[in-house]
Amino acid sequence: MSQASTHQHEGESHGSFASYIIGFVIAAILTVAAFAIVEMHLMSPGMTFGVITALAVVQIFVHLVYFLHMNSSSSQSWNNTAFAFAVICVLIIVGGTVFIIHDVSMNMMSR
Amino acid sequence: MLGKLTLSAIPLDVPILVGTFTGVVIVALAVLGAITYFGKWGYLWREWLTSVDHKRLGIMYIVLALVMLFRGFADAIMMRSQLALAYAGNPGYLPPHHYDQIFSAHGTIMIFFMAMAFMTGLLNVIVPLQIGARDVAFPFLNSLSFWMTTISAVLINVSLFIGEFAQCGWLVYPPLSEQQFSPGVGVDYYIWAVQLAGVGTLLTGVNFFVTIVKMRAPGMGWMQLPVFTWTAFVTVVLIMAVFPVLTVTLAELALDRYLGMHFFTNYGGGSVQLYLSLIWTWGHPEVYILVLPAFGVFSEITQTFSRKPLFGYRVMVYATLAIGVLSFIVWAHHFFTMGAGPNVNAFFGVATMIIAVPTGVKIFNWLFTMYKGRIQFNGIMYWVIGFMITFSIGGMTGVMMAMPAADFVLHNSLFLIAHFHNVIIGGVYFGYVAGLNFWWPKVLGFKMNESWGKRAFWCWFIGFYLAFVPLYIAGFEGMTRRMNHYDNADWHVQMLIASFGAAVIAVGVVCQLMQIYVSIRDRNLPESRDFTGDPWNARTLEWSISSPPPAYNFAVVPDVHGLDTFHTEKQIGRRSYEGKTLTPIHMPKNTAAGFFVGAFSFVLGFSAIWYIWWLAALALIGIFATVILRSFNNDVDYYVPVSEIERDQAKYVRSLTAQAAE
Repeated sequence: MSQASTHQHEGESHGSFASYIIGFVIAAILTVAAFAIVEMHLMSPGMTFGVITALAVVQIFVHLVYFLHMNSSSSQSWNNTAFAFAVICVLIIVGGTVFIIHDVSMNMMSR
Repeated sequence: MLGKLTLSAIPLDVPILVGTFTGVVIVALAVLGAITYFGKWGYLWREWLTSVDHKRLGIMYIVLALVMLFRGFADAIMMRSQLALAYAGNPGYLPPHHYDQIFSAHGTIMIFFMAMAFMTGLLNVIVPLQIGARDVAFPFLNSLSFWMTTISAVLINVSLFIGEFAQCGWLVYPPLSEQQFSPGVGVDYYIWAVQLAGVGTLLTGVNFFVTIVKMRAPGMGWMQLPVFTWTAFVTVVLIMAVFPVLTVTLAELALDRYLGMHFFTNYGGGSVQLYLSLIWTWGHPEVYILVLPAFGVFSEITQTFSRKPLFGYRVMVYATLAIGVLSFIVWAHHFFTMGAGPNVNAFFGVATMIIAVPTGVKIFNWLFTMYKGRIQFNGIMYWVIGFMITFSIGGMTGVMMAMPAADFVLHNSLFLIAHFHNVIIGGVYFGYVAGLNFWWPKVLGFKMNESWGKRAFWCWFIGFYLAFVPLYIAGFEGMTRRMNHYDNADWHVQMLIASFGAAVIAVGVVCQLMQIYVSIRDRNLPESRDFTGDPWNARTLEWSISSPPPAYNFAVVPDVHGLDTFHTEKQIGRRSYEGKTLTPIHMPKNTAAGFFVGAFSFVLGFSAIWYIWWLAALALIGIFATVILRSFNNDVDYYVPVSEIERDQAKYVRSLTAQAAE
């Protein structure tokens, strides 16, 4: 539109070849590690669940930083705000739903 | 070949539907005939149906909302008359199968196609004008959103005459809505209509979010945003956050029904509770999506007609934000009785009560704005004051039901029905009608008729209390919602009074139609014409341009120096466009792509409802082909030449000076 000046992409980084390779290697290691723990029965079931969940969360951040170029620079503030908002929404919705359903389940002795 | 669709799907055995169908066909033929007779097809297609102008899309949204209001209101009248009759052995005139469809359709249509369409229409018309923008951020998406909403409204009305509608309430709770208990196409109509409309709403949310963040006039910081735009902003944030939840929930229900999965079934590991939790994770913020823009409308009107700046602008903004945040953590109050323990119920009960605090703050802000103001007590202010009284009562009954202990008595009763109509009619509907009256002259260039507006208000206001106070009482007496017939003599009196109230509201609706008719008839009278573009002596930027505004809105993008810049400019007697050089304005071209994507989506929805898979596949290909073709079209914009802007501007200045000379 006419206010085109407000539409520019101000100094967004699109990453370098090296950063993509680093990201790819870390992501691959995390993926292989998760599969290895499950396939080779390296840990007890409870332990396995905890560890692969942790690996998945780390994986999310690797993708965000190396592939989606999130960082703390000021040009990224809207992206970071949107991300924080999404995280809060997910926590409220998932956390709230788990809270409610678990409580009903205990209260009504459905298990 | 035609899936489940056979001739027996057409309900020829229900006289009410045959009569309605005949009526709809006659009206449709009359309208289409009139368009053909006056040779307006080309005009309609070029100027309206393919338009990407936010003001025209806004008008079309509001027309859609009013049409859907009549459909939903007809359902309401049928329910009230059934309950007035169906007492002590009399079965009434609506058998349960039909009655259940009516209350399901009433809720679905009023929320998704009346209130949402009205809200989106007001956002479309006003937000770009208030922030000094020339259109929304993505004009084509805006047209697409409109068509997705419209075809979904058509789809839901097709269910009247081909097949049936859902019989399990406006949120189609499983397990009743599962294939096992609802084997017909009713729930499928619901799922497809709401899903396709949801696409439109989500795109609207993204569109207006980007518009408000990126396209504000230079100098307009966040704390210089008009209050209506602030409420619109919080509303679109809520839309972006929760409409995906609705989409996923209904998609899972669709997977249950179409592919035999077990998300929400009674057996096979399904969880009915999960559906309730998810649907209200969307459903409660949805209430605030509807009511926040109405709060914005009231703020604009109160400050304009009290001749004072809004009391506590910052507090109003923070209250809006607080309501936006709190609306996320209250959803379990819709199912306190489901069996959760004290931890869950106490948490959500307290959160619900807290939400009354920022809402109360807003009420006091409006009262203090009026306090010692020079109030111009016209028809628009009637709706505002009617809202303050009615909404406060509705809010208080809401706090009553926020107490889990009280909710165990009131849950699913007519008390609840009375409560949410109290806030939705008294808050949302009064707000949107006030907004319609307030901004009508801006959009069309003439004011609405004052006396018919006041008549409409009194009928709605009195009719509302007559129709819903009896429901509060009947609810206390134990009458549950969605009841087809009953034997209790105490309830019968209440139902008779409520039916009378509904009839009074019907007179109000007729008055509103008359108001629109008389306003258009008298549009050239000197007292109704708006020559200045500022008929109310208002404060925000949309009033600084001619009424109706040119397609590009602002000949020069205004400079903003603080809150209510236009008001300040009027005080110092200097308008910001004076002495600025005009430059050609970059504008989007109209496109039919939105219309075609909508049309193909309609075919997709209809064929998926009836399991006509080859047609659904063709429609899907059509959608993709249209989008791809559109993306290869580079001829999507043009420049408005300076000569044309100068001509418009000279005309506006002429009519301004002519008005000033009088």
